[in-house]
Amino acid sequence: MGDLFTAITNLLRGLLLGAGVPAASVPWIFAVARAFVLGVSGLTLVIFLIWFERKAVARMQDRIGPNRVGPYGLLQTVADMLKLLVKEDVVPPRGDRILFHLAPILAVMGVVGLWAVIPVTATAYGVDLNVGVLYLVAAGTLGTLGILMAGWSSDNKFALLGAFRTVAQLVSYEVPTVLALLVPVILAGTMSLNGIVSAQGAMWFVFSAPLAAAAFLLASLAEVARAPFELLEAESEIVAGFHIEYSGIRFGMFFAAEFLHAFTIGAMLAVLFLGGWQGPGAEQFPTLGAIYFAVKTFFCYFLLVWARATFPRIRIDQMLNFCWTVLTPMMLTLICAVVLVNRALADSTILLRTAALLGANILVGFSTLALFGRRMRRPRPRPRASAGVEGERIA
Amino acid sequence: MTVEQILFLAFAVVGLGLAVASVALRDLVRSAFALIGSLFVVAAFYATLDASLLAAAQVVVYIGAIATLIVLVVMLTRHELQDRSPQAHRYWPVAALLGAIVFAGIAWGLSQYVFFNAAPPSLPAGDAVAALGAALVDPARFLIPFEAVSVLLLSALIGAVLVAGGSKEK
Repeated sequence: MGDLFTAITNLLRGLLLGAGVPAASVPWIFAVARAFVLGVSGLTLVIFLIWFERKAVARMQDRIGPNRVGPYGLLQTVADMLKLLVKEDVVPPRGDRILFHLAPILAVMGVVGLWAVIPVTATAYGVDLNVGVLYLVAAGTLGTLGILMAGWSSDNKFALLGAFRTVAQLVSYEVPTVLALLVPVILAGTMSLNGIVSAQGAMWFVFSAPLAAAAFLLASLAEVARAPFELLEAESEIVAGFHIEYSGIRFGMFFAAEFLHAFTIGAMLAVLFLGGWQGPGAEQFPTLGAIYFAVKTFFCYFLLVWARATFPRIRIDQMLNFCWTVLTPMMLTLICAVVLVNRALADSTILLRTAALLGANILVGFSTLALFGRRMRRPRPRPRASAGVEGERIA
Repeated sequence: MTVEQILFLAFAVVGLGLAVASVALRDLVRSAFALIGSLFVVAAFYATLDASLLAAAQVVVYIGAIATLIVLVVMLTRHELQDRSPQAHRYWPVAALLGAIVFAGIAWGLSQYVFFNAAPPSLPAGDAVAALGAALVDPARFLIPFEAVSVLLLSALIGAVLVAGGSKEK
């Protein structure tokens, strides 16, 4: 029971070699098998995630949520999925058929691909890339392309508006996301996600860089385009945005990709800032690490669901303003501060260093709010004559 | 044939197909996406050659940024995206012949090198990304070019803000 995943791997390797498979091709078979397991388990998890999110949001809104199909409505998503599967697959006649069919596949690929580098335990992961963090950014761009493709090929102005918003929103929020990802890389001294988790054995990075964790949470909420940042599909403004023309299982793929992406953001937060599989006893029993990882991931995912149920949608200009005038300068300052403090106190104890980093974070956070935060405030109601001018300036 | 060779051939076929498609397709948006696909295949080649940093950078820079730019430009600049003019020049057989000759020459020249059939040298031990980072901030190696490039990029950034920002007076 010490290390379940290694035991399974060894068992399978023995079986393969015993069956006469050449030793050179065994690693390739394992690579394919890992990709298969990761993809299938990720997409199966979505069925549960959708139920969880609907139930959690319903409770927060004082409703009961799904409760008809199966115990506690657990099979509701399965029923929905069957419904989506048998629905008519409508393709817009004047759109681009090939791109239209390719778009949902890309959207799912961009999300499932992220799981390749996320370490579930010390021994169970798809692959330990030495550029893991960069890979996360790279795989994320596929999803953007999928949305862009969907918006273009639908031959619908609302879909195209959604696609343009995608570019504005996802591309701008990529900047603070990457800057926030840099902080754990600086602290750990490696871009490998396994290395980042190992570096958090003594102290989770959420204590030495809470501002980076918060910025990452915000920016990735915008990247995954969920409430309060779901401007790509804002129902009241552009009907459904990029997926307006999609129906049946193709819409289901976009839907599944979005939910899995939110959960993946939770996993990334857990790995980068909450110590991944680290926890008491996880070094001796790696299988225990999977449980810690799952708990932390679900906690972060719950934060995202909570934000979705709590905040109203933000206007697109406010949102882009916030990215460029608050989040990006704040992260740039924070990176300078983290580098300086981390280097100056490289030889001191971990507690002292964490305390100094925490202080630097608080300092940067407050000074950013004092300097830039005022601009984000809504102008106070003034005497009639100037109120209109003031409102236009902000917009 | 090893698995690496099979992968290489598969990627090569897909990459060349997409590259041809990006030139030959009449629909500009489709050819932009084909170009993105062929850039992605190039990243896959880097990945199979153990150059994971280069592969990730290729995807982030080309596919993430430039591809988005291409698609935006294509979407915003022209109303009629179906190009109706003939795609081939009158003298295309001559160009094809010249291209074939140049390709044969390059292929023959490369086959004369010592490294043509040699096994690839094993990579030096240690983290290649860390080695690259150390080289970039080493004054004896690449610090000056690195700083020059960052100053250039910074001035481009400031210039872009200035151009896009417009004048202050109302």
